[in-house]
Amino acid sequence: MKISELERIEGFRVYAVGDESQVITGLYCSDLLSWVMAKGKAGNAWITVQTHQNVLAVASLLEFSCIILPDGLTMDQAVLDKAVEENIAVVGSDLDAYGIFQVLYEAGLR
Amino acid sequence: MSKALEMDRASAVMAYDYDVMKEDFAHAGSASSDIKKKCREIGLDKEIIRRIAVMTYEAEINIVIHSEGGVITVMLMSDRIEIWAVDKGPGIEDVELAMTAGYSTAKTSAREMGFGAGMGLPNMKKCCDEFVIESAKGESTRIKMVIRL
Repeated sequence: MKISELERIEGFRVYAVGDESQVITGLYCSDLLSWVMAKGKAGNAWITVQTHQNVLAVASLLEFSCIILPDGLTMDQAVLDKAVEENIAVVGSDLDAYGIFQVLYEAGLR
Repeated sequence: MSKALEMDRASAVMAYDYDVMKEDFAHAGSASSDIKKKCREIGLDKEIIRRIAVMTYEAEINIVIHSEGGVITVMLMSDRIEIWAVDKGPGIEDVELAMTAGYSTAKTSAREMGFGAGMGLPNMKKCCDEFVIESAKGESTRIKMVIRL
């Protein structure tokens, strides 16, 4: 699944486009950064409520396909600008983490 | 200082140092990002790059959160990569306890940002082939991590 397909799902918004060739190969959810560093896999879309700049470093180091902010959250413009600069996709959704898992599963992410 | 913690810089084919500042959350991760870029340039295996990324990021965050600042050094040797994290103190009172998964002395402000899960040192150890840590209260903490190529 590509990031552009995510954008077509109702209730999802792309805040930073990132590398458009990136493919979402899995989904991971955690807000503890060291836990994410230990468990996250390349290609994962990462659901987190952390919206500060350090999540960009984690996403980039682990080669995540994108960051998904649940529950209508967004990031400060300065962080989004940095995400654009570093080519990291940031997506927002009004759904909670469970809802995001459900929708992506139904959209074909298996 | 124990013999295992003497840096053999003369044997390094390439060596890079990165200054990491105390409580500099805004730049935390930038040293690790640059190290990853360099690892890619020299064509290291993807899995090795991932391990190095985890080790350097955790070391960098630890220096930012817990120390008075420090330096991360990456050395490419003929048969291995050595990553060193050396800070300016204040040292770890009980190293064994600090190595326990889930144990953390991070402040609430750091925890609210998702740091301080008590996984940093265990993650670093898990990702390398050799891990040596030396510290004491009031002294600097020196960590050596080796990945064999």
